[in-house]
Order: sequence, then structure tokens, then C-alpha cells
Amino acid sequence: MTGCSSANARPTITVYNWGDYIDESVLQDFEKKYDIKVVYDTYATNEDMYVKLKSGGGDYDVVIPSDYMIKRMITENMLQKLNTANIPNLSYIEKRFRGLPYDPGDEYSVPYMWGTVGIIYNKKMVSDTVDSWKILWNKKYSKQILMQDSQRDCIGITLKMLGYSMNTRKTEELDAAKKALIEQKPLVLAYVVDEVKDKMIAGEAALAVVWSGDGIYMERENPDLQYVIPKEGTNEWVDAMVIPSTSKHQKEAEMFINYMCEPDIAFKNADYIGYASPHSEVMKMLDPKLVNDRSAYPTEDDLKNSEFFEYLGDYVKVYDKMWTEIKAE
Amino acid sequence: MVGLKLLKRSYTFIIFFFLYAPIAVLIVFSFNDSKSRGNWAGFTTKWYSQLFHDQQILKSLYYTIAIALISSVFATVIGTAAAIGIHNMKRLMRKVVMNLTYLPVVNADIVTGISLMLLFIFIRIKLGFLSLLLAHITFNLPYVILSVLPKLRQLDRNVYEAALDLGATPLYAYFKVILPELMPGVITGLLLAFTLSLDDFVISFFTTGSGVTNLSITIYSMARRGINPQINALSTIMFVTVLVLLILVNYRMSRDARVTRDRKEKNKNAQDYLLQKA
Repeated sequence: MTGCSSANARPTITVYNWGDYIDESVLQDFEKKYDIKVVYDTYATNEDMYVKLKSGGGDYDVVIPSDYMIKRMITENMLQKLNTANIPNLSYIEKRFRGLPYDPGDEYSVPYMWGTVGIIYNKKMVSDTVDSWKILWNKKYSKQILMQDSQRDCIGITLKMLGYSMNTRKTEELDAAKKALIEQKPLVLAYVVDEVKDKMIAGEAALAVVWSGDGIYMERENPDLQYVIPKEGTNEWVDAMVIPSTSKHQKEAEMFINYMCEPDIAFKNADYIGYASPHSEVMKMLDPKLVNDRSAYPTEDDLKNSEFFEYLGDYVKVYDKMWTEIKAE
Repeated sequence: MVGLKLLKRSYTFIIFFFLYAPIAVLIVFSFNDSKSRGNWAGFTTKWYSQLFHDQQILKSLYYTIAIALISSVFATVIGTAAAIGIHNMKRLMRKVVMNLTYLPVVNADIVTGISLMLLFIFIRIKLGFLSLLLAHITFNLPYVILSVLPKLRQLDRNVYEAALDLGATPLYAYFKVILPELMPGVITGLLLAFTLSLDDFVISFFTTGSGVTNLSITIYSMARRGINPQINALSTIMFVTVLVLLILVNYRMSRDARVTRDRKEKNKNAQDYLLQKA
């Protein structure tokens, strides 16, 4: 890839995103409107994307990672500061998504989609009120509970249940969480990844820990299912658009990010993906039933005890060891 | 014993059922009017029609097949030549080269993938179609060599020398005498390389870029969001295509088998005659 556009060559930007995480027609619309070619690549996890970028293997202009990964990339000088003058549509991003912990100055990222982690349960199979993480430790639902096969999600919600921070580094707190998860193991049907959706829809389990986006989808597919955010609080996550420092097309990348924040474009994406959008106009354009559904769009009050995952740096080894011990027990 | 016979047959059936049941489920749910495997929402062919408009999936399909075809052909040509060379090496040299050949087979894909990526970055090849092709040829080579080498060991050296005696140039002798003998190994190597290439995710992910992607990468990238049923539709089409091809090939092969058997008889008789005369 050579430098920026010359008089006759059409500039090209490369966008790197999660799989199936965009309405593809917006790419073609962007190409037509701005005469900039868009090359689109996908990745499966933040870590895969990080390895590619870190080793210099990717020449990407716009990437859409998750919050903790953005924090890591900022710390390691992998991102460029945005020239917000080129992104006027930033004003559409709701105030509560500005100045988030991973990018306090809003200097490097623009939120794209957001969500939470919560419990989805089958109303026909669960007789108790579901408003606390503690229900996942209730012996009445033995072998009907599905947990995420994800280290930070499992340990995180356990810490929340015990009243601690999900980013804690205090050994007593982590030991308590470890003990709780090992106690829970006999009650867990399985530790799953995306199989959780099909299993819950098919009624194979009563309770599961899922992301809000999946929760909305599951509620639609099976009306017996209900997604809730427990009162102890949960993980709030945001995926945001960033520009790697290796990009040679900053201006075009910023045009793309600005374009993605146009109300009708942001709406197209939110509608296709089905996750919650941080865009104020989109919330007005969506089906009011969806926007008022506190599973999809929890209020700030619902989220008062919630936290973002922090990038743990080297401390993640402690969490790794803990998770290995829990799984091996 | 009737019981034993029944057990034997049902055992085979169970194995095949175990292997093909997931594919059957895949095909059935490609017609499901819902993204979920959990409920059947009615029959539809919308995933098939949507498939033909999905740029990302069609692009991946194109690159997958292109890379698989080109890399397997190159790997087969290079691999066959390599196998012949290795076969004619002295003992120590051959052991060394064979150990090197085994490395990509034994290594975890991620090691091969990342090391190739670092190599391409180091020699400044931009990650894209070329780097992906080179990576695929690289990891396919050992499998071709390992398929052709046994055939070389089974080769009767005398036939080659007989051809030379009869006035053939080495190249002519190679194409007319040796290669036909090696053919089963070469074809096996080619098919193995093609299959491995179609299937590969890890090495491809780390050695590609610039929008060049294959089906494995596209499908894995959907892991977080759930697999789009368009993939079910595509897989069904691919499965049916391969099935039809295999049936055709099998039919032709069983027809040719009889012809080959007769030819081998004749060759053997000719060899015996020559040896008698010597």
C-alpha cells in the first residue's frame, strides 16, 4: 500500500471488524458516495486481531475492537489520536458513552455497539424471581445452568455476586470467587460459547449467562425466555472504532468513521446486527418496543453497579491460573 | 452366527451415521426459516437466494477454491519432484531432509502460521493473495512428498532402466514409465493438498490480508455472532457437488480398473520375457 491518494488513483481504506458485524450495503454506499474503495476483512477474537496488528501484519485503517483491547492498544501506542474536527457526527453519540474508562478523553475511539452481560432464563422452567447472580448457585436448578466458557465473564460475575469489583487484584476476593465457582461446578450443565443460544431456545436449560445482544435474539426466537441484569451489577461492554497508528489514510479513515455515525447508516447497522446502539438518533428510529425493552437498552439506573472490563496487563496471569484451577477441579 | 453378522453391519452403520448425522442436520437446517438450530420455524429457500447476494461469502468462496486449486497443483508438482530427489539421496542426507519435511506436519498450525507471517513481514511481502498462496503451498508440500515416496519405494528400478535401454531419453522415460507408476501417490497427494487447503483456518488467517479471505476465516469470524444459515446453504451446495463428482469419478475408475488390470498383466509378461532373455 503506497501513500495517500494521488490525483488519478482511487484511495483505498481497509476495515477490520468482527464477522457478521455490519450491514454490508453501507460499505458499497460509502464507496459510491466518497469514491474511496473499501477493503473489508474480518476476525474472530480481539486477541487474533491484536496479534496481527502488533506484528505489523495488518495494514488496516479502521478497526473495531472491544473496550479492554482498546485500552491495551492505547497503552502500547498502537492507535492514532482522532482529529475530531473530521468527525462531526460524534455529537450523535449519547453522553453516557463519552469519557468511558478505557478512553477517558474520547481521543482514540468512537463507540459502535454496546451491551451487557446478564442472565437469560426460561420463564416456564424457573419459578423464583431472577434478579441476582445468586440464582446460578441455586441447587434447585442443578444441571440446568449454562455458564460462559469465558474466563473473565465467569470470574467477573462471581466477583459481582460477592460484591467485589470485576477487575479486582485482591487475593482474598479472587480466592472467594474461585471457591464459589468450584462449588458451582456440579450444578453447571456445561460451559458453552455460542451454543448457548440454540440450547436455550430449544429449552435444554433453564438459566444461562449471555450477552445482551444474544439475549434480545433469544427472546425473539423463544418468547418463554427473558433476559435480566442482576441487581449486583454486571459487565458493560462497548465495541468502538479506532484508527491504528500504522494507517496511512487517516483522513479517509475518519471520513469512514464519520459516515458510520450518520443517523441512517448507524440505523442500518443497528437494525441488521440487533445489538444496542450508542447513537441518539438511532434510538429514535428503532422500534419503540425494542428501545423500551430494558434487556436491549437498560437505563443508566439499571447499570449503576456495572463496570467495564479493565485490561489487566500482566496480572491476567493470576486470572489465568485461577481459571485453569477451576476448570481442572 | 447371525448375532455377530448383525453386530458387524450395525457397527459400520453406526460409524457412518455418526459421521454423516451432523451434515444431515446442517442440510436440513439450511431450509429453516430461523437463524437458530433450536426451533424449526418453517421451510424456506431464502438463505440460498441471500447467499448469492452476499459479497463477503461469495468472495471467500472464490478465494478458497482458487487458492486450493492453485496451491495443490503447485505443491503436487514440486512435491513429486522433491520426492524423487529425496528417494535418490544418500542415507544420511535423506534422513535430514525427511525430518525437515515432517516439521510442518508435526508443528501446531499456529506456530506455522505465525512464523510464516513474521517471515513475510520480514522480507516485505505484503500480506494478501501471494502470501496466502505461498503459505498454502508450503504446508501442502510435506503431505505430497509423504504420499509419493512410498510409491517410489515400490517402483521397480528395472523398468526405468529397460526404457533407457530401449532408447528413451530420461525425460521421456520419466513421463511414460515412472510417472504412471507414481500416479496413485501423486493423485492422493493432490487430493490431500486440496482438502487441507480448503479446510485451513489458522495458517490462512495469519498469512492473508488486504481483503483476501477464505471460507474458514469468514465462518470462524462469525463465531461471536452465531453462524449465518447462508453458510448452511453454501455447505449443502458444496457437499452435493463433491458427492456428485465422487460418484462420477468412482464410476469411471471402476470402469478403468478392469482395463488397467489387463494392462498390468501384459506388462508383467513383458518383464518376465526380458529377464529371461538377459
